[in-house]
Amino acid sequence: MDEMKKVILEYIVDEYLDEDDEDEVSFNTPLISSGIVDSFSMVSLKRFLETKYSIKLSDEEATPEAFDTVNSICRLVDKHLG
Amino acid sequence: MSNIGSYNERMKKFDWDIAKYILDWKEGELLNIGAICSDRICGRGDGNKTALIWEGFGDKSARYSFDDLRVYSNGFAEFLSEQGIEPGDRVCIFMDKIPSLYFSFLGVLKLGAVAQPLFSAFGDESLEVRLASAGTRAILTTQKHVRKVRKIKDRLPELERIIVVEGNPDKLKEGELFFDVENSPRVEEFDVYHSTPETPSVLHYTSGTTGQPKGALHVHNSVWGQALTTSWVLDLQDDDIYWCTADPGWVTGTSYGIIGPWALGATQCVLDSGFTSSRWYKFIQDNRITVWYSAPTAIRALMKDGDELVSTFDLASLRHLASVGEPLNAEAVIWSGEVFDGLKFHDTFWQTETGSIMITNYPGMEIRPGSMGKPFPGIRAAVLDLSTLKPLDEHGKVGLIAFSPGWPSMFRQYWNQPDVYRSKFVGASENAMPDELRTNPDLWYVSGDRASIDKDGYFWFVGRDDDVINTGGHLVGPFEIESALVEHEAIAEAAAIGKPDKVNMEVVKAFVTLKPGFEPSDELELNIMNFIRKRLSPLAMPQEIEYRDKLPKTRSGKIVRRYLRAIEWGEEAGDLSSLSDE
Repeated sequence: MDEMKKVILEYIVDEYLDEDDEDEVSFNTPLISSGIVDSFSMVSLKRFLETKYSIKLSDEEATPEAFDTVNSICRLVDKHLG
Repeated sequence: MSNIGSYNERMKKFDWDIAKYILDWKEGELLNIGAICSDRICGRGDGNKTALIWEGFGDKSARYSFDDLRVYSNGFAEFLSEQGIEPGDRVCIFMDKIPSLYFSFLGVLKLGAVAQPLFSAFGDESLEVRLASAGTRAILTTQKHVRKVRKIKDRLPELERIIVVEGNPDKLKEGELFFDVENSPRVEEFDVYHSTPETPSVLHYTSGTTGQPKGALHVHNSVWGQALTTSWVLDLQDDDIYWCTADPGWVTGTSYGIIGPWALGATQCVLDSGFTSSRWYKFIQDNRITVWYSAPTAIRALMKDGDELVSTFDLASLRHLASVGEPLNAEAVIWSGEVFDGLKFHDTFWQTETGSIMITNYPGMEIRPGSMGKPFPGIRAAVLDLSTLKPLDEHGKVGLIAFSPGWPSMFRQYWNQPDVYRSKFVGASENAMPDELRTNPDLWYVSGDRASIDKDGYFWFVGRDDDVINTGGHLVGPFEIESALVEHEAIAEAAAIGKPDKVNMEVVKAFVTLKPGFEPSDELELNIMNFIRKRLSPLAMPQEIEYRDKLPKTRSGKIVRRYLRAIEWGEEAGDLSSLSDE
């Protein structure tokens, strides 16, 4: 789980923040409600998770709340990995 | 009693000057939107009234009076003037929904310059296209977004001033200025520009089927249409607390998120944080919001989160709901009636070019769920036959939505594109100039949407008449997406269409052929998605990419989007005789 958190956090920093961004993003930083990831961009984040972990996330599961922190995303992915 | 009273009576007796009467505006008074929305409200004794209740991410919040609006907009006007910005110059406002966006918008107008608000989620390429088109002279932005400006500024020789209004001034780079209006000396007096009714005010960019986005130019006279529709359609009254959820990077956010409500002296709320249903409901509850103007995409997202969540908040303050951006489906109208104590969303139809609401459901009028409603008094609307382009008399027959020119908020031109402007008017002579077109009631301005009219005069939306994609209430041009797609190293050819989506009505789908040496894969698809998201915007990002060996083309080599769209929507593709056999 710790490795997964690191991978997802790194992806978010690389893809959604700029190089000179001063925002510190941790496992508990709000992503959706803070505007770092908007609702349209959630689609690419979902696609990343599906590709990386070979899972399929339904639209019902991929809610702004479920995607709001790295921790909550990991819980969702972990559920699928069983 | 609603402000409009009887729709039928208003239809019988209407004059746009009613707007002046409502604002108690006398001939000879200063007609400048910046001053009408701030100085004038203070002048009538409401300077201490709350103008803006603002909440940002986390616990950030602030309240501003109309006197604050007056002083801070003066501050921006004076600062820009000191920087050499002159009346008529285009000043881009490129920031999130922070208070300075609202102050600077009014300040730019007070100076007589043209406000060019752009959606802050735009990537550097989308930004560059729009700044280059407008010949923008100054941009107001924040530390968060200035990095996109830095990437493109060397290719924009007319962009002389880059002004950062929020962030750390120590992080500025050479040639950038910092201006924090709230921590600068208050500017009590500013000599507001004496605009005429036809002085340009706001330049909004909108997407078309072909070519890059076009700048729809509005003028200060638009305030009458915006104020009157705000009064009669949104029904704003003195003690209302109003929330327009739109971003001022789009026309709803300026016409009904700034100009209309503040011209009337209304208190409005702004929430500058990401969307979650619970955050939105809490915002309504905490601020006792009474009138709520939102978008179908947001309403459907709220629906998706269920009725139970709604019941955990006290939303009893709400009294009137309206919606804009795309057709509001009947299910959403019925749902809102069930969960918001009988209040149904009133759909409103208009567009960037019209500047104000054109067809709508009115307070007190029967809502037919799924219908656009009826034309605003003073607006002559029709659907034109698809072949003859004459108004249809037959009920239920689908045609092009069109309006007879002459309403106050109508756009005055597409920036530097008179031919494109002319092409929007049916019946226009070959060399007609914009002023003739916009004032000739014998012409029809064609909106680009299709609808039918029922026997009682209600309009029913059918869809776009072109390839423009309406995603989440925002129009995205396929050409802009395709141009960016072929800049990706793996893509040889591309076509972009809208595909159906339960929440956003449409989302972007791209069809691509790959260059030799590249193979289709999930990783490549994600890479392309992120490429477009960063270059253009999250709205323009394809949510699905289909790899093809070749794309359907005419014999002259033009990609036939309608064929791809028809397959995607399960519709008839129409005449395909011009398709190449290759």
